[in-house]
Amino acid sequence: MYKIISRRDLAPNITEMKVHAPRVAESARPGQFVIVRVDEHGERIPLTICDYDPEEGSVTIVTQTVGISSHKINDLQEGDSFLDFAGPLGMPSDLLEIPTEQLRKMNILFVAGGVGTAPVYPQAKWLHEQGVTADVIIGARTKDLFTYVDEMKKVARVHLATDDGSAGFHGMVTGLMKHLIEDEGRRFDHCVIIGPMIMMKFAAMTTKEYEIPTMVSLNALMVDGTGMCGACRVTVGGETKFTCVEGPEFDGHKVDFDEAMRRQNMYRNNEKTNPETHKCHCHA
Amino acid sequence: MPNRIPRTPVREQDPELRSHNFEEVCLGYNQEEAELEASRCLNCKIPRCQEKCPVHVNIPGFISRVAAGDTAGAAALIAADSSLPSVCGRVCPQETQCEGACVLGIKFEPVSIGKLERYVGDWAIAHADEHQSEPPSRNGHRVAIVGSGPAGLACASDLARLGYEVKIFEALHEVGGVLVYGIPEFRLPKTRIVAKEVEAVKRLGVEIETDVIVGRTMTVDDLLDRQGFDAVFVGSGAGLPRFMGIEGENLNGVFSANEFLTRANLMHAYDECYDTPIYAGRRAVVVGGGNVAMDAVRTAKRLGAEAIIVYRRSEAELPARVEEVHHAKQEGVEFRMLTNPVRILGNEAGQVVGLECVEMELGEPDESGRRSPIVKEGSNFRIDCDVVIMALGTSPNPLIKATTKGLETNRRGCIVADEEGRTSRPGVFAGGDAVTGAATVILAMGAGRKAAKAIDEYVRNRTYSK
Repeated sequence: MYKIISRRDLAPNITEMKVHAPRVAESARPGQFVIVRVDEHGERIPLTICDYDPEEGSVTIVTQTVGISSHKINDLQEGDSFLDFAGPLGMPSDLLEIPTEQLRKMNILFVAGGVGTAPVYPQAKWLHEQGVTADVIIGARTKDLFTYVDEMKKVARVHLATDDGSAGFHGMVTGLMKHLIEDEGRRFDHCVIIGPMIMMKFAAMTTKEYEIPTMVSLNALMVDGTGMCGACRVTVGGETKFTCVEGPEFDGHKVDFDEAMRRQNMYRNNEKTNPETHKCHCHA
Repeated sequence: MPNRIPRTPVREQDPELRSHNFEEVCLGYNQEEAELEASRCLNCKIPRCQEKCPVHVNIPGFISRVAAGDTAGAAALIAADSSLPSVCGRVCPQETQCEGACVLGIKFEPVSIGKLERYVGDWAIAHADEHQSEPPSRNGHRVAIVGSGPAGLACASDLARLGYEVKIFEALHEVGGVLVYGIPEFRLPKTRIVAKEVEAVKRLGVEIETDVIVGRTMTVDDLLDRQGFDAVFVGSGAGLPRFMGIEGENLNGVFSANEFLTRANLMHAYDECYDTPIYAGRRAVVVGGGNVAMDAVRTAKRLGAEAIIVYRRSEAELPARVEEVHHAKQEGVEFRMLTNPVRILGNEAGQVVGLECVEMELGEPDESGRRSPIVKEGSNFRIDCDVVIMALGTSPNPLIKATTKGLETNRRGCIVADEEGRTSRPGVFAGGDAVTGAATVILAMGAGRKAAKAIDEYVRNRTYSK
């Protein structure tokens, strides 16, 4: 059992939990994910690691309520436990491969959207520890939906964008990317985009226009998460890749996003999400 | 001539009934049936059955004890060579091993060795409480085992009996490896059989930790260098599912058999009480002819789909156990032999709507000795379906290879190990599918036991030479 050390609501339906998982915390690197299971009947759910502290033995995750499993996760309270919390899984971020000297000369841009903001944090924080201050664009529909802005400000230069103009740049993240590059004359050597699939697709199209090498972090469907089931396969540059062992980060200019989005909805009509149509009485 | 007695039929669930449930198909022998069947054994001087058994179980010995009503004696005799009789009795390909070599089979039907083994194994499980022995005293050495499948469990129990402190690390949340994620409930009951076999291993003092992915959570090097284990046995099993590389394989509705079966078995997706979804469609085509293909197609059938097997050779070449093919047919699975997919067809929404296939014919024998299938040009035709499941085998998981220093792997990515499980890295042993590629439970179990001996030898030599 993996106890929840602390829990807070970041925005409506978005919850952050710090979980006691010393072994995962010890091995975790930015860019990796965990697989969690709430109870005996639960699904195995992949979640990107949002922070980790080997000394405290904690790993932080952020979840947005979407279906039955994320609902169950976000219903958990401080002191409750996850039945399973396995990881870290996947490959660490590519940035970790770059020598520090070279990193310090680079201008790195992160583009974060929605619940994807938290997973950007460990990467920006890690860069900050290497003496690199990255730029982070955080996009949201409206200002109440922002998460992790204060944390991010401590480790990076933050630029906000809202669709309704309630805070920061009025428009989408792609507009703010263009604004930074064209109007402010900023130059970027590397970009990492994490957020909803549709946002990553368009943000990657934007960086392609400016020829900025780009990585995206895919949240594909998974069952085991260890390279066994193949549910997470995605087409990158015409080749099939397994997100769980070869990803989750891939070249954003090569990912077939349309296929990835379609595959993400594979079980949409079969999900056992609706409590009213749920037939059994086991949860009563 | 005692062998005028026909082979004792085994009771099974009615095919129509069972094709709608996940209860075990075969009900097994009771004592009377087992004794009758055991009485058919000729007790050959040179027991060919025993020779053909990958772990050389004393088959005539245990059968004569069953015939004499001494089931406990039979269990003790099997236990000397096999740690999973109730599993192997259910899943071994007996027709190509023990039963295939039975002398009675030349003129009559072979002794039903598998069903007798199962009878003895199940008896041992039911009477486990009466036959508990004290855990052996510890010898002060520690061994880590990667994976809790048949190889790992067998290796662990042998080492524990020799006095080692053994710890198994399992990546998934459930213990048993392929016995829980791969083989369906209707062939191998999880609570009644697998969990009991695992309990037996734990009673020997073996510790099992789930949710630990060796290669990610910790590495083999960590286990040896930082955690102070004297040796590591890698029984991490088969890995990444293979696909055909044909058009349409990433359409919605195309699954690997691993995914489909893991959802059904490990995640209990067929049960409404569990949250994991599964989709078998209205008409599911399973590509492949092995046991995994049979498991997948029969699972699809039980989930309400019309279920079809597509296989590129003929029925004689089907690698699956004869009993599984027979059961699948009884349950209404359609078999399309000498048929090979060339393209998966999808609609505008990206959902599977059909499978384009070609007819095949058999040509000259290939390197495996089987006649190789050749495409009949222009024979393309379409099978309408909304689900396609690929059961084409697996290639090894790259995690351990990528994170273990000095561990040699072959061209196919399998860990290189000798007959006794020694790898290129001193102190690291391996066995089962991680070494051989997808094979059988009994071979994995055998490899685990051989490695246990080699590990014991390694640790002793190292201790004395210090």
